[in-house]
Amino acid sequence: MGTARVGVLALQGAFAAHAEVLSRLGADVREVRVPADLDKVGALVMPGGESTTMSQLLESSGLFDALGDRLVHGFPVFGTCAGMILLARSVIGGRPDQRSFGAIDISVERNAYGRQVDSFEAELDVAGLNDPFPAVFIRAPRICDLGPAVETLALHEGSPVLVRQGAIIAASFHPELTGDGRLHALFLESL
Amino acid sequence: MFSMTESTQRNTGTFGVKRGLAEMLKGGVIMDVVTAEQARIAEDAGACAVMALERVPADIRKDGGVARMSDPEMIESIQKVVSIPVMAKARIGHFVEAQILEALGVDFIDESEVLTPADEAHHIDKYRFSVPFVCGATNLGEALRRISEGAAMIRSKGEAGTGNVVEAVRHLRSILGDIRKITQADSAELFQWAKNLQAPLPLVQELAETGRFPVPIFCAGGLATPADAALAMQLGAEAVFVGSGIFKSDEPARRAKAIVEATTHFRDPHILAKVSRGLGAPMTGIGMDEIAVKYAERGW
Repeated sequence: MGTARVGVLALQGAFAAHAEVLSRLGADVREVRVPADLDKVGALVMPGGESTTMSQLLESSGLFDALGDRLVHGFPVFGTCAGMILLARSVIGGRPDQRSFGAIDISVERNAYGRQVDSFEAELDVAGLNDPFPAVFIRAPRICDLGPAVETLALHEGSPVLVRQGAIIAASFHPELTGDGRLHALFLESL
Repeated sequence: MFSMTESTQRNTGTFGVKRGLAEMLKGGVIMDVVTAEQARIAEDAGACAVMALERVPADIRKDGGVARMSDPEMIESIQKVVSIPVMAKARIGHFVEAQILEALGVDFIDESEVLTPADEAHHIDKYRFSVPFVCGATNLGEALRRISEGAAMIRSKGEAGTGNVVEAVRHLRSILGDIRKITQADSAELFQWAKNLQAPLPLVQELAETGRFPVPIFCAGGLATPADAALAMQLGAEAVFVGSGIFKSDEPARRAKAIVEATTHFRDPHILAKVSRGLGAPMTGIGMDEIAVKYAERGW
């Protein structure tokens, strides 16, 4: 799947790091900032960053509705950290006006692991990967509840941290920060 | 059937997690706030982080005297009302102020020239902390010296509290221009670059080899309008700090939101035109020949 045209939501956050990993894997990567950008891509990566900021920019750009429509029809998305929060069914500790897509049947709690001094790195065993995956958790959200359709691909301290439902993959950590492209490759292979 | 081994490891305070938070702030606006109420307005407007301080740089400039770390009570009142990262400033070289800010659970420390320096020869040894640091720089040499001390993010110094973007532009152009030149230099020239920049040779060599600066570079110091933010982004900054520019303007909430939009859509003049409309008066601003103290000259 070397020539998949993949968008990276570039409203705010670590979009450049995702774009770099995807390009290295041979994907044709486009930054997505307005609804017209979505028409040019067949899949999307939603990066980490501040979910409150992204939620507002999704709204003002018109991307919230445009992306929401696609998600209903099985549009493939890989969401990390804030991206996972935006994909979730419900968000604990968000702002009252914060919207999420409800594209994956999980409930997440924002900043559940603490402040920045509690941010950490850990090696994870991931379903389908032979060797541990280096994960970086930055003021990470925790998945506190998940529905029967959601498959857990990795656990950390008893909590699911990498999950999949249909065409959606979501991670509470940052696979784009370590230079290890295996999870991005997993996403590209699923397209 | 996949049998999952569950990880229980937690390595905190690594350079990876420090730099990681800087990555998460990219494409965003970090706003100076002096009260919990302003912090709420900033978060409502889409700030990706707030900088908690007692006086914005424009007032520090006006009041004179010694500017120090903020009262912990004030910082805590801001931490309570927002869910986005909270940053705070320590004086250059004042590692005890930094220890206090770390104990408060501040997410990022700005070792800042806007405060009165506490040490005229040494910056803080930032490797001794779990919390990440951002430092200002006017040129590439200064930026690399801060990296060698452990900074996880560099921002242009600009000239804080002036509402005048000219110095920020100068500093950004200097830093990013020299990075471009170094990536073209041959191995023998790198020794000369390290000498001229007064920067550690290994960092200069790494820069030449990878073609990229080791940590994110943000813009700060004098930004006052959505166009200023987009200018910084088009010049190559990866995010912006706006200090006095928001809460010293007529309509802080609208201006804050407009600057957030401009930072995201920095390459789209039509969106920039739309968000720049009817924002009320920006902060007045001052020319470089009118100021008594250049904050950018603080730090070494």
